[in-house]
Amino acid sequence: MYISTFHLMPHRELPDDFEKRYSSIWVTPPFHELADAKRVGQYYNWTFDELIAAAHAGSDGICTNEHHQNAYGFMPSPNLMGSVLARATAGLDCAIVQMGATLPATQPPTRIAEEYAMLDCISGGRLVAGMPLGTPMDINLCYGVTPIEQRERYREAHDLILKAWTSREPFAWNGKYTQLGMVNLWPRPIQQPHPPVWVPGSGSTSTFYYAAQHNHCYCFLSYFGYQSALRSVEKYWSVCQETGRDLNPHRLGFLQLVGVSETDEQAEKDYAKHVEYFYHKGLHVPPEWMGVPGHQDYQSLANSMRNPMIANAFTSLKQKRFKDFVKDRYVVCGSPATVRDQLKDLVAKLRVGNLMVLLHIGSMPHELTMKNIQLFFREVAPALRSTWDDEWENQWWPAGLRKKTAQEATA
Amino acid sequence: MTAVTDRRVTVWQKKINPNIKVAGSGSPVVFLHGAGGLVWDEFLDRLAERHRVYAPEHPGTTEGDPEAISHIDNLWDLVLYYYEVFDALGLKSVPIVGHSFGAMVAAELAASNPERVSKLVLIAPIGLWREDTPIVNWMIITPGSDLPKYLLRDPDGPIAKQMFGTPDPEGMIRMIWSMGCTGKFVWPIPDKGLKKRIHRIQAPTLLLWGKQDRLVPAVYAQEFASRIPGSRVELIEESGHLPTVEHPAKVAASVEEFFAGQH
Repeated sequence: MYISTFHLMPHRELPDDFEKRYSSIWVTPPFHELADAKRVGQYYNWTFDELIAAAHAGSDGICTNEHHQNAYGFMPSPNLMGSVLARATAGLDCAIVQMGATLPATQPPTRIAEEYAMLDCISGGRLVAGMPLGTPMDINLCYGVTPIEQRERYREAHDLILKAWTSREPFAWNGKYTQLGMVNLWPRPIQQPHPPVWVPGSGSTSTFYYAAQHNHCYCFLSYFGYQSALRSVEKYWSVCQETGRDLNPHRLGFLQLVGVSETDEQAEKDYAKHVEYFYHKGLHVPPEWMGVPGHQDYQSLANSMRNPMIANAFTSLKQKRFKDFVKDRYVVCGSPATVRDQLKDLVAKLRVGNLMVLLHIGSMPHELTMKNIQLFFREVAPALRSTWDDEWENQWWPAGLRKKTAQEATA
Repeated sequence: MTAVTDRRVTVWQKKINPNIKVAGSGSPVVFLHGAGGLVWDEFLDRLAERHRVYAPEHPGTTEGDPEAISHIDNLWDLVLYYYEVFDALGLKSVPIVGHSFGAMVAAELAASNPERVSKLVLIAPIGLWREDTPIVNWMIITPGSDLPKYLLRDPDGPIAKQMFGTPDPEGMIRMIWSMGCTGKFVWPIPDKGLKKRIHRIQAPTLLLWGKQDRLVPAVYAQEFASRIPGSRVELIEESGHLPTVEHPAKVAASVEEFFAGQH
């Protein structure tokens, strides 16, 4: 299996009473009351240092993503971040996992095809091309995209990007949302026919089908831990079977918050307040913004209204404390042995081949993050790495960075 | 209580079969509902006492065909679509009563082809925008708690309790999906150029507005009135954004009086 380090680049120093004083961490928080541009520059540079340290420590990939108008994680341009990271990790066997530029928010979408191709060239073919739909806050509220058009825009942009990467001849694109008379991409990606595509999602059945039908890797970005994801993930694997796909575990990515310390007791001392900061402040968003009318397709809307599991989990976050987050496995936190055991359990139960770990959580200071990174890759990752390798190849990983399967190694 | 029947028509290259609620007899009237979906209520009952009322469900909001909305790309499509619905119902020129989003559509229909709309009743329409009085985005208001404050004069009264009092997942699905479908034509700001077309309206026009409308404040009544030649404004006392629900008898009487009047 492959383990990548994810980073949100959040505000690390929100006031203690943030969630009481402000209605949301997304869309509306006032920058000048809450942040200082020089300090924000420090956050960005810490983020670089942490991801680059993870790459040196043995992380198979490093991940950035796109969000807007918020203190939860503010990399409005993941490709600016990815470009620095591609250059800074030159010579390392580390994938640049862009999770990524949100398709419906970029016009024309060929911009993403170009920038991803640039990243693939700069990194020497180490790009993983994440293609997110985007949250309703980012895409509908901040970027003004009509909610009910978001998925259709996404699908058209996806098709355009893949065609721009793979077409040998210039072509005209007569789409509903984009019309371009002569598409002829410069540069082209090193990886042929195109870099691996990952589709991040939060459990919509329609996205399961989309990923499976296009033979992409589906990445479950959940903050509610692996136990609450079990049912959704079972559905994903059944969709894979239904659409005639194999059960290669690398078809599934999963994001998990992880904190490692010397002992379980020390882990609580190290991480408790940062985990609570993340869930209480970092996810402080009016629940209805998550379900802006039209953002979900009809079936997903009906499912989530009839079975409001995620909505309930979301609204009960503020009542939970660190011990609850650990008990419910929202976070995997403890000594190396504890974290190893729980992650092995996660990987086996969900059948995950592309694990993403969030090693900087909420308000964690730089030094503690560096400790977490070092401990995780020294004490935890080695015990997980060979999972699935004897049987399955990660076809959703840059070819130049793939491990040999046991069969190939002996051939 | 009037007998209300469901009638399906086939329009838009046979891709959409909207349901139209029909009741009453007499001269025809079309009612276009607001963003939250069509609910046949006392106001429509009263209207049907003297008229044959046709109340189409906006594309995508007819049960069983949520994807119909994908065939209507924009406001221009929607306007032409409604002329086809009128054709299918045999309505050459018809009075339209519209509420909120439905009133905006009614105004667009009357402005685009004045020959199709004989009289116009706009109840708290959206469609114009004032920088000093921005309209709250109703699509991101919590239905259970905050929505009544914007919709109703008395957010704690019996109407609020009846509309929002008990959790109703199926009702929520209908309302949210209806907002998503209608939102296709107004997101993120309900100003899609009506101000450039509104002067074309020739139909005699009545503007009805709840005095305490907190969603689309009554200051917008003058915005519409000043742009529609010969229009008249009537403010409804003790009413928010849903005067047809809050004062069905009063609003129905005003509409009847307007229809009966010489213009």
